[in-house]
Amino acid sequence: MTSSEVQDNIIEEFSQFDDWMDKYNLLIDIGKELPVIDPKYKVKDFLIEGCQSKVWLYPKFDGKLITFTADSDAIITRGIVALLIKVLSNRSPQEIISTDLYFIDKIGLRQNLSPTRSNGLLSMVRQMKLYAMAYNVKNI
Amino acid sequence: MKDIAEIRADFPILNRKVYGKPLVYFDNGATTQKPQCVLDAVDEVYESYNGNIHRGVHFLSDMSSEAYEKAREKVRSFINADKREEIVFTSGTTGSINGIAFCFGEKYIKPGDEIILSQLEHHANIVPWQMMCERKGAVLRVIPINDNGEIILEEYYKLLSSKTRIVSVTQASNALGTILPVKEIIAAAHHINVPVLIDGAQGVQHGIVDVKTMESDFYVFSGHKIYGPNGIGILYGKEKWLSELPPFQGGGDMVDKVTFEKTTYNELPFKFEAGTMNYPAAIGLASALDYVSGIGRENIASREKELLSYATSRLSAIEGVNIYGTSEMKISTISFHIKDIHQYDTGMILDKMGIAVRTGTHCAQPVMDHYGIEGTVRASLCFYNTKEEIDTLAEGIEKVKSMFA
Ligand SMILES: Cc1ncc(COP(=O)(O)O)c(C=O)c1O
Repeated sequence: MTSSEVQDNIIEEFSQFDDWMDKYNLLIDIGKELPVIDPKYKVKDFLIEGCQSKVWLYPKFDGKLITFTADSDAIITRGIVALLIKVLSNRSPQEIISTDLYFIDKIGLRQNLSPTRSNGLLSMVRQMKLYAMAYNVKNI
Repeated sequence: MKDIAEIRADFPILNRKVYGKPLVYFDNGATTQKPQCVLDAVDEVYESYNGNIHRGVHFLSDMSSEAYEKAREKVRSFINADKREEIVFTSGTTGSINGIAFCFGEKYIKPGDEIILSQLEHHANIVPWQMMCERKGAVLRVIPINDNGEIILEEYYKLLSSKTRIVSVTQASNALGTILPVKEIIAAAHHINVPVLIDGAQGVQHGIVDVKTMESDFYVFSGHKIYGPNGIGILYGKEKWLSELPPFQGGGDMVDKVTFEKTTYNELPFKFEAGTMNYPAAIGLASALDYVSGIGRENIASREKELLSYATSRLSAIEGVNIYGTSEMKISTISFHIKDIHQYDTGMILDKMGIAVRTGTHCAQPVMDHYGIEGTVRASLCFYNTKEEIDTLAEGIEKVKSMFA
């Protein structure tokens, strides 16, 4: 699936529900599918700053594609990072850099799902793109 | 006393809904909502008599200056200070503490001197002193707390010494709600001629404050936490101290004569009020203090005591809820954690139910360190809250538990 297809699927899934509590429950469920980071990477180097809860994100580059694994001590945050990973993991650095994450606004994630007003969310996105840029440079 | 429906009708925002649910505002420790009279007072300045204070010869400037000075008088009588010269307007508690930490440091602090704080301090009463200590080579000493979240007085007495230059403690903990024994703290410091600053940011709105019987040398608070506007704060200082201390900011209005060789300073309190002050907010604050006096500070204290006791029993009856800060002496603030559920998850779900609480460390990381936790959920109540709202919070907590179980 292209990253746009994944985003469209997410948008559709969330659009089934009107009530915010149902959307949260969906997010909590999505968090359960998160590809969990190896505990040995749950260290300061892989901790993302700028979130109210702790988020660890580990990138693995096989020379072509980056796969991300992650974890958080908060369940909603785990859902949010799981969504990002669904869209951005297992893609080339170039694709990760150029992906426009339009699903964030379409499902109301920015306005409604992040009480620190997307601080944490933006830090996660920024970190994923930064890793992609770093590997992209390595690749040239 | 006005009944609760009348009180709530005074605060327009309390009527609003969030996400389609009635707002339950339990973040009064961060900032309080404003009654209509305060909104009107500020509007009136801009609508009918705005002019820069102490500057013009014209009608509007005179009127603004007069209202501003009346506000100062109102603050003086509210905290029962001796003289209007002892009341300095600032930008807030943070501005007041930074000012005193700076000028006190310049005037009195030498390498090796000690400043005593408590472990319950808000970062606003830690960082300015730390910055001063770094500049002057002085040392911070910290009064520890017990597991109820109370400071250990014996340890404080042991910290006092001939090296102590000033003690700066909060009147009540914003993170746990504990009220500190400020009278004892002040008496012991005065015994060895050490002045004391009381951070009243979480104290002044919850009961009667009388700086004369309290005998604090400095008392500071923020307007926005006592139903007044943002951007205005108070620095009370005994005249003896304010006369001796150098100004902490230079600029217009605080001067007497300026030449490039030397400047002499204006008299108190203007020496500490450099530049254009936020006079509309000061005037709004005066209206807030009138409002509080109108409700009655004893009435506020007893209502809040009742709310605290109800909330404490409701919350502690919920399995898995752990309350941090269990002193007998508390303002109406409850910090808690639900077993195995991150405070952020709790806060997010409560928010969606219309309940505004604060989550995290509450700008008081040393308090969290004491308990070895990363944060709590804090419900800070005040007299316009209701038992029904506490019930809504209790239901919210049950909902959170069912979602994250
Ligand atoms: C105990 C205490 N001190 C200081 C402050 C800082 O107040 P302000 O941000 O209004 O300057 C606060 C605010 O939360 C507080 O609770």
